[in-house]
Amino acid sequence: MNLNLLFQLAVSGFLMGGVYSLIALGLSLIFGVLRVINFAHGEMMVWGMYIAYTVFLRTGIDPFFSFLISAAGLFVLGYLLQRTVVNRILDSPEAMQVLPLVGIAMVFENSARIIWGPDYISPQSRFSLSSLPIGNLMIDVPRLLAFCLAIIITFIVLFFLKKTDAGKSIRAAADNRTGALLVGKDINRIYAVCFGVGTACVGAAGGLLVPIMPLSPHIGAPFTMISFIIVILGGMGSLTGAMVGGFIVGIAESIGPELITGLFHGIGLGLDFPNTMKQVVSFFILIVIMIWRPQGLFGGKKG
Amino acid sequence: METPGTIWRKEGMKRLYTFLLIGLLILLVLPKFLSSYALGVFIMIFFYAYLGQSWNILTGYTGVISLGHSLYIGVGAYATTYLVMAFGLSPWIGMWIGGTCAALIGLVIGYLGFRFGMKGVYFVLLTIAFAEIGRLILLHLKVFGSFQGLFITPNFSYRNFQFKSNHAYYYIGLGYVIFSLIVVRLIERSKIGRYMVALREDEDAAESLGVNVFKYKMIAICISAFMTSLAGAFYANYLYYLHPGTLMSMAFSIEIILRPIIGGLGTVLGPIIGSFLITPLAELSRSYFAKAGYEGLHLVIYGFLLVAVVLFFPKGVVSYIKKLFMPAIAHPKKLRA
Repeated sequence: MNLNLLFQLAVSGFLMGGVYSLIALGLSLIFGVLRVINFAHGEMMVWGMYIAYTVFLRTGIDPFFSFLISAAGLFVLGYLLQRTVVNRILDSPEAMQVLPLVGIAMVFENSARIIWGPDYISPQSRFSLSSLPIGNLMIDVPRLLAFCLAIIITFIVLFFLKKTDAGKSIRAAADNRTGALLVGKDINRIYAVCFGVGTACVGAAGGLLVPIMPLSPHIGAPFTMISFIIVILGGMGSLTGAMVGGFIVGIAESIGPELITGLFHGIGLGLDFPNTMKQVVSFFILIVIMIWRPQGLFGGKKG
Repeated sequence: METPGTIWRKEGMKRLYTFLLIGLLILLVLPKFLSSYALGVFIMIFFYAYLGQSWNILTGYTGVISLGHSLYIGVGAYATTYLVMAFGLSPWIGMWIGGTCAALIGLVIGYLGFRFGMKGVYFVLLTIAFAEIGRLILLHLKVFGSFQGLFITPNFSYRNFQFKSNHAYYYIGLGYVIFSLIVVRLIERSKIGRYMVALREDEDAAESLGVNVFKYKMIAICISAFMTSLAGAFYANYLYYLHPGTLMSMAFSIEIILRPIIGGLGTVLGPIIGSFLITPLAELSRSYFAKAGYEGLHLVIYGFLLVAVVLFFPKGVVSYIKKLFMPAIAHPKKLRA
């Protein structure tokens, strides 16, 4: 096993983890307040990517700026979605909440395919392909930028939740829905804003990912799964958990295939664990965490 | 004791059975009058009705949602095909071995999920995770052509489950559907079925009355996985092409669940009615939209359908059809007159 390579992979996974954290933050926020799992999360991220890409194509604004437009677009989309569909299923049994959101995921995925075509696109922005040497390591500049911006956005969202009036209402509604209603909060509006903020997070993350990875309408579902895994790992509804989980999954996905291949060779198995199977690593984490600690690392007793 | 209710119910069932018998007779002679394309549509109707029925056993009757049923049909298809490739074993025997494999996988998933008390969304995630792992592993196996997929060269004979004309597939498909109907009806009428419904309606209440929730959920997932994978042999030998990207994708799982949801979850006829309604539309719209350059539009429509059905008709089409046959059950007030 090549230690230097492993370290390189770990750094790159760590940087990716920042973006994962942002995606999972959105999912965790929505779950924490509305108690609904947004099964269309990854597909919404893809929409965020395509919005940033389209802006880049038309106006030349770099995705590292136009992610703001993606975030705004996804906020509106999430707000409307909550008002029209999600609001109606809040009180249904958990099982019945899954299916409409899966349906919405299909609508997003395939309408993206109709609008932007089924092929992979990798737009060449100013920063792509440049890298920064630090000692033995090469650090991908777009990844580093995406990481920094993702962290900044994460802190802005946390600040919004802790300090602003709207944020406080959201947290109040999460703690005690009836209580919030009693003190005269318009709970539907709070829910819609919260859903919008959650989807805006994922929209922004989508914009940041444009220079890092090729877009295609069908890459959403794996991201939905990854963000679930992160949220379950960190603990449902725990925002800290989502952030820490993002880094863990980011690193694990990055170094996992290399480590496992090394392990296979070490015990004399001629098997390779290709990078295309990196999702298996996160699924394995999911299964382990579900059995060992279903409430997640930072989850309370109730999970 | 013969209460008005039981009499109404019996009358209704009698009418329903007569109707089903007539329907079956029509289906038996129908192929004589169908074009090859229409025959293909009917085969797909049977195929999805059977799959929906198999999924219905788990989700419809016990309320445990699985979004990973593509895993079982994939296991069935690949196991059967592998046994043909490696040992020349006839798919007619191989499908039962494939079914056993799928049932075992189902038991593992069920054990992980139910023993550790995963409910609702958590279990859904677990099924998706396993299906994705299965898809990724099969995608990397060289025996099955990894990313190119596996082409099966047909060698027509009864022994090989491969036929020149679509007529044979039509009757086999119909046989599958009748088989699943009988199985589900037997389950529904048995104690097991009653326990399943009880735990679907209120798990804690059922458990407090002494229903072994874990056991009946395991039975349900085992039967469901087994039956789903039997369709794999049909899939492989009807299409002659296997690719994990289509057969084991989440989209395929959704194809499976759409019909029973629209027809009516937890009913014997729901998946079949759903398939008769949706499959022809799906087949027609798929080819029509693809020709018009809107590939994928039928999936957008599926998505909207899924949302609309759950929001506005959660009981499915069957509840409306029931009213035709059993007015007493639909309008209990009439009983008093």
